[in-house]
Amino acid sequence: MTNVKKVATRESYGKALAELGNELENLVVLDADLAGATKTGIFKKAFPDRFIDCGIAECDMMGIAAGMATCGAIPFASTFAMFAAGRAFEIVRNSIGYPHLNVKIGATHAGISVGEDGASHQCNEDLALMRTIPGMTIINPSDDVEARAAVRAAATTEGPFYLRFGRFAVPVINDRPDYKFEIGKGVLLREGTDVTIVATGLCVASALDAAEMLAADGISAEVINIHTIKPLDKDLIAASAKKTGKVVTAEEHSIIGGLGGAVCEALSETVPTPVLRIGVKDVFGESGPAGELLHKYQLDGEGIYNQVKAWM
Amino acid sequence: MTSIRQVPQSNAAERENMTIQELKKMANEVRKGVLISTHAAKAGHPGGSLSAADVFTYLYFEEMNIDPKNPGDPDRDRFVLSKGHTAPGLYAALANRGYFPLDWLPTLRHTGSDLQGHPCMQHTPGIDQNTGSLGQGISAAVGMALYAKMNNKSYRTYTLLGDGEIEEGMVWEAAMFAGYRKLDNLCVIVDNNNLQIDGPITEVCSPYPIDKKFEAFNFHVINVADGNDMEQLAAAFKEAREFKGAPSAIIMKTLKGKGVSFMENQVSWHGVAPNDEQFAIGMADLEKIGEAL
Repeated sequence: MTNVKKVATRESYGKALAELGNELENLVVLDADLAGATKTGIFKKAFPDRFIDCGIAECDMMGIAAGMATCGAIPFASTFAMFAAGRAFEIVRNSIGYPHLNVKIGATHAGISVGEDGASHQCNEDLALMRTIPGMTIINPSDDVEARAAVRAAATTEGPFYLRFGRFAVPVINDRPDYKFEIGKGVLLREGTDVTIVATGLCVASALDAAEMLAADGISAEVINIHTIKPLDKDLIAASAKKTGKVVTAEEHSIIGGLGGAVCEALSETVPTPVLRIGVKDVFGESGPAGELLHKYQLDGEGIYNQVKAWM
Repeated sequence: MTSIRQVPQSNAAERENMTIQELKKMANEVRKGVLISTHAAKAGHPGGSLSAADVFTYLYFEEMNIDPKNPGDPDRDRFVLSKGHTAPGLYAALANRGYFPLDWLPTLRHTGSDLQGHPCMQHTPGIDQNTGSLGQGISAAVGMALYAKMNNKSYRTYTLLGDGEIEEGMVWEAAMFAGYRKLDNLCVIVDNNNLQIDGPITEVCSPYPIDKKFEAFNFHVINVADGNDMEQLAAAFKEAREFKGAPSAIIMKTLKGKGVSFMENQVSWHGVAPNDEQFAIGMADLEKIGEAL
């Protein structure tokens, strides 16, 4: 995949916001002193009067977003995943989730691909945390195309959303004319018969790489992209599990409570299947260049290939 | 309802003016509602609901530009009960004001009730934001005030906090933002009844001096010596309304449990409901007050 275009989905977020700002006059963007990093700075430049910096006060930002939503604004509250889902969890749950307000949380710098900042900033828990909030729609897009579509879908769909973006430039894999984004609908990217790899976020590209390597070993892997963690496309996953009999989940997130947890919950109720959960194995991350960390924590194509091979 | 605020606004032709006497009588009715609802629920927070009964009454019957027949009016004044546990006080004010029937009050906290233990927009007409977890309401109020500024709307936003609640750090995030942004369409009220759950606030983690803190956060501070005095409240809200260039913080000294003899200034009546005998004594206390008015 050497000549494939690579874009960080945080970049997609910033650009999508600026584009939507032209169409939706009630759309406002909030940030907590991270506009340069989250790329909401792109929106700020285009619409300075609709950009609100709350300062380093994430809980307050979520509360302000909630208050504005009650008045009819479409607020996109942006910060790093660690602070959006972690620090401000209870405000998201009580001020946004419980009243089911129309706030969209743009959580960038998710997962270990944050890189050099290290463990304190590498949020591997956000999908698990957000999943427990009733009524929260959670989207973890796999690339630039999907990220832009997700932001648009969130802006034009009523209710609270958690959108997860990354710092690291990842391959564009969805730039095909028939690409369609539908909230809650998984995408079957590659058909196979021996094992199903259900992946999300940047692990989707890794899963596709792994599938190629597995094919060379005579293992036929089906690859499903789950961009919407909640509500989960249980039907698609169950149908595939029924076909292959073996499921692997892959995410840039703890193996506890994220996609792996969601898939296990769904399958045990429909098509009970052995599941191998690939992800961050209940450890904190560390500092290092993102690419190296993804390799070390076995979330790249080679890492997924090795773990699936060993498991089969 | 006009969305352009006339000054002085308390004489707007559409709304009936109430005399101080009438407001006092209404506050007494609100206090009865607090006892009725918490007694029926066998749960709830009478102490802080009673200390705030006068400000609830003043806000909903005199100060705020609201219409119970149109609770969703985008140009209405907003009120966020940041000290959400005193929902019984708010509910009694809303019911008396006509947002919903008085006979809802005894259903407080019952399974399936329209009156949840803490304010909930989906259940109850007239509620502007869900609260209950301390420190969050003020933030939402700041958001509402900010929205008004950004959209050239003239509505005002009011929010009521407890003096224990201001121990929550998030309150100061909101205050810092509001002061920095000069949100003079925001009025923060602190119910300084001096008591919290584990004791007087001076014995837990004293937030004093409260006024100096809000001044430091660029608020125009109005100290009210007696927040259970309707005339003092009237003067304070007038001053807040007229002050331009900074949000206002009304710090009012009140008596927790005000109006009910055995509850006044008692730590123990924060979150306990009166039983049958206590209810009878309390209602008799309030009847006597009402007769004297």
